[in-house]
Order: sequence, then C-alpha cells, then structure tokens
Amino acid sequence: MATQASRAAARAMLSPAVVLLLIWMIVPLAMTLWFSFQRYNLLYPDRAGFIGFGNYINFVATSGFWEAIVNTLLLVGGVLAITVIGGILIALLIDQPIWGQGPVRILVISPFFIMPPVAALIWKNMFMNPSNGLFAEAARFLGLPPFDFLGQAPLASIVLIVAWQWLPFATLILLTALQSLDSERMEAAEMDGAGPFARFWFIALPHLARAITVVILIQTIFLLGIFGEILVTTNGGPGNASTTLTYLVYKEALLDFDAGTAAAGGVVAVILANIVALFLMRAIGRNLDA
Amino acid sequence: MGRITLEGVAKRFGEAEVIPPLDLDIPDGSFCVFVGPSGCGKSTLLRLIAGLEDTSAGRILIDGQDATRVPPAKRGLAMVFQSYALYPHMSVRANIAFPLRMAGMAREERDRRVEEAARVLNLTPYLDRRPGQLSGGQRQRVAIGRAIVREPKAFLFDEPLSNLDAALRVGMRIEITELHERLRTTMIYVTHDQVEAMTMADRIVVLNAGKIEQVGSPLELYREPRNRFVAGFIGSPRMNFIEGAEAARHGAHAIGIRPEHVTPHPSSGDWKGVVGVAEHLGSDTFLHVHDTGLAETITVRAEGEIGLNPGDTVYLTPQPDRIHRFAANGDRL
Repeated sequence: MATQASRAAARAMLSPAVVLLLIWMIVPLAMTLWFSFQRYNLLYPDRAGFIGFGNYINFVATSGFWEAIVNTLLLVGGVLAITVIGGILIALLIDQPIWGQGPVRILVISPFFIMPPVAALIWKNMFMNPSNGLFAEAARFLGLPPFDFLGQAPLASIVLIVAWQWLPFATLILLTALQSLDSERMEAAEMDGAGPFARFWFIALPHLARAITVVILIQTIFLLGIFGEILVTTNGGPGNASTTLTYLVYKEALLDFDAGTAAAGGVVAVILANIVALFLMRAIGRNLDA
Repeated sequence: MGRITLEGVAKRFGEAEVIPPLDLDIPDGSFCVFVGPSGCGKSTLLRLIAGLEDTSAGRILIDGQDATRVPPAKRGLAMVFQSYALYPHMSVRANIAFPLRMAGMAREERDRRVEEAARVLNLTPYLDRRPGQLSGGQRQRVAIGRAIVREPKAFLFDEPLSNLDAALRVGMRIEITELHERLRTTMIYVTHDQVEAMTMADRIVVLNAGKIEQVGSPLELYREPRNRFVAGFIGSPRMNFIEGAEAARHGAHAIGIRPEHVTPHPSSGDWKGVVGVAEHLGSDTFLHVHDTGLAETITVRAEGEIGLNPGDTVYLTPQPDRIHRFAANGDRL
C-alpha cells in the first residue's frame, strides 16, 4: 500500500465486499427497527400503524424480562468460566508428550462437530434423563436418588451442555497459543527458581492472555445467541427459569405472533450485546494490542 | 566458590550417544569456553551442567557436592540463553528481579540489587521499559542482569552473542570479559566461534562429536595443539596441512603450518607457487597460493601491503620451529 495507485486499487477491490456487508447488515437491522415501532401482530393484522415506544414498553413489561436478562448473562458467564478454565487445563494436559497424542486431540475436538440441537438432545435423553439417563443410572448404582437435571437446575444444565460444546474451541485456541511459547523462556524461569505453578502463573498465563481474550470475545458473540439447546431441552422452563433474551424474542414472535414486540426485543438484545461488547473491550481489549 | 567437576558424565538420547563419558574439572573463578563445530554436543554439555537435561551416567559436582540429581534452580547456577529468553510482558526491572522474587527476597533488598545490576550494565534508563522496546545488545544485557542479581556460583552462557551483529558482538565480548574480571565468578561459555574462545577464555575446551579433544589455555592450544582437529579449529585463517613427500621429509604423516608462520618472497624460498587470490586487509595481506605441489591451497599471511598480485609466482619459506607434525591417526608427534 505504498503508492497512490495501489491505494486506489485497494479501495476498488475492497468495495464490493464492503457494500455487500453493509446491505447484509443494514437492511435487516433497519427492518427490525422499523417493525419495532409498528403495531404488528399476526393475530390482528387489521390493527397496524405507528405506536412509538409501545412495543418496547410491552417487551420490558413482559413477565420474565428481567429474569431473561439475568439468565442470559449467567449463561454467557457460566459457559465462559467453564470453557476458559477447563480449556487451559485440557490444553496444558494434551500439550504434554503422551502416547496416542493424535487420537486424543481428535477426541477432544470432536464435540465441536456435533450440531447444537443434536448435542442437547443427546445430553437430555441419554445423560440427564431422570429415569433412563446415565447419570440417573450412576446415582442409583451409588444408592442415591436420581437428580432431575433439567427440572431442578435447568439453567445450570444448559450451561453444562453448551460449555461441553464450546470447550474444544477454547482448548484448540489455547493449545496453539501454548505451543508458541518459547521453551527457552520456560527453562530460563526454571533456572530462576520458578516451580511449576509459578512458571504457569508468571510465564504461561501472561503468554496466553491474548488467546484467552480471543476466546472470550468470539464465544460471547455466539453465546448471546444460544437458542437451539434451550428449545430442545427445557423450552425456557420450568416457568422462566431457563428463558434467555433470545428465547424470549422467539416466544414473542412465534408463540404469541407479536412481530412488533419481538422486533423491539431484538433491538433490546442488540443493545445488550453492545453493552457486553463495550464492557469486554474495556476490560480485556488491550490484550489484543501487539 | 564455583568449582565444577564432571566425572564420567555421558548423555544418550535413545540409541544415539551424544556425549560419551567424559571428565572435566573447571576451577573456581575461571572463564571456561566450550568450543566446537555445530552439533558437537557443547550446548548439551552446558544443559547437563545446568540441570536442564538429565545425565545418562556419571556425576556432576559443584564445589565438591554431588549435584547430579539436584534440580536446576537449586544448583546455584545462572544461565544466559541464546534467545535471551526474557519475559516479554514484564518490565526490565521485573525481568531482572524475577529470580529474586522467586527466591522470596524482601522488596527493598530486591530493588537495591536490581538497581546495582542495572548500574553495572548501563541499564538504569531502561528499567521501566519492556524487552520489546530494547535493542539486541540491551536485551542481552538484561539477560546478563537477570543472571548476576542471583549472585550465582557460576554463570552459564549458551552462545549469547550469536544473535548480535558483528560490531555489537565485539563490544559485548569485551563487556562480558570485563564483567568476569570484576566478579571473578566462574563462567562457562559455549560458542562455535573460535575468535570468541581465544579472546575471552582462560581455559578452552575443544569438543568434537561429544568428545573433549583438548583442554588448555588459548595459547597452549595455539602453540601445541594435541591433534589435527584442534590444530585446524584454533587459529584464523586455518592452519595449512601438507601430506605426502614433504611431510615424510619431516618424518610425519602430515605437517601443519599456520599462515602467519610462512614467509612469502618474490624470488627465493623453499616452496614455489602461484598466487590465486590476494585478500588485502590493509594491516595484513592473505595470499591463497596454488600449484605448490604440496596441497591444493596454501594460505599465507604477509604483514602490511605486499607487491604480489594474482598470477604472480611466489616462493614460500615456513619457519622451521613452527612446523607441527602429525601422525596418521591425527595425533601430534
């Protein structure tokens, strides 16, 4: 990008992608904003027209709105905590030279290849089911009463399922970061008298900071939109115990047929996502600077 | 105190024997250089002493105490790595203080020692910078600073200057030598550069394929190399080796003569040849002489500027008392 000609060429080459992206993002966002200010209920198509912030007031007043916000943050935070901590531990483990390293790594990565609703159904029916599930079986073997995961602890169960799915992603990114750590640096720390824990804390963990930031940012984007796992396991229940903001929007749109309020909910979700993004960039964004 | 003794130390990686059992005594306060071609096991030997590799056999004694199974941090040795191995997320101050922090030293004492080390190494203005903001030479000094604050029994240097440019290398060479003069702590220094070995060491250990070829002071190795390998490795430009009839005349399988011990003359001398390339350095001229009938090329050092050009006939006269004689197995006669 040295000369004026090459800069102009670069702009020309970039523009189709930029235009396409703009259309792709601006049009749906604009339509959502438009609908969010319209009275638009599929059950009453004749009652249409501009109603100002009525849909927003409606949405915020929906029973379970605040619960949904808390649930969303709990889901994102819980999954992040499990995947980052678990990912570091697994990455440290499979970074060691062990017999059968190749197959072990493929096994560790495999949950990422299973589509979310399938994974959730497997967990629901084969593991967490209180009468037929493996966990119930194990509990009975130990002489304990089986635990109804999705009934008693719905949100925690969903966190577990989603964390299981995202653990490979975190592990993979953290493992590659760990492998780029200079071995002489670790040896220098060893000579300097740092034990295994000190070496991890003072050398390896700071080296992983950037990778951890990437994992947190990327996962947050996807976790805010978690939907399939909730739909096939708890349907947001019992009550609103596992309803997230995304699921609440779905309820408004496709169970109550209120497209206007659903659009308002979508805008609220976008705002929440931006608040979370702003907070994250403030907190850990500087790790991304070279 | 920092006397290091190796007794029958050997290292095997699987089937491959990298270092056959060897004995070596490094006296307290000496500057000992391990030198040899790449892959000769000199770095491995250093890592064995450091404790970063386990020995396959033998004992390592530090000040007379068996340290063979002692973990690296407890051996009281400090190491400077080829890549410097600084901690990029810490300031220079934190880098130098790291070993003291790991040793649980009080903050005031730690700061005092870091300041002192920084003063010695001219790093005081850079204490609050990150390693990434320093030049190669400054990084090298930080690595040395991290080693000296520990006040170790001995310093281990693993090719510390090979990442620096030529001018900086000469400067750091002198700085490290001066540091040794001041601290009088044992230093073990690994290099493949025989100039570094000759200028810095008071003891040179020449290694070849894991074996110690010779141990001695730089001038001992220069004057009386024990075999052809040492003779060829020490000294620059390399010693000339002549086999055949001329060697037989001296009662040897091969004779060696250093370029600086051959006198060129335009009209008279023992050996006759043709100048191939003349390298004029100003202070010296290196002549590469061909067609002598003795060896493919004979390198000659002439002092100052000499009026000989490529293609000229030249006569060479070796100094008779500077001829080294070698047997067929390479040993000195």
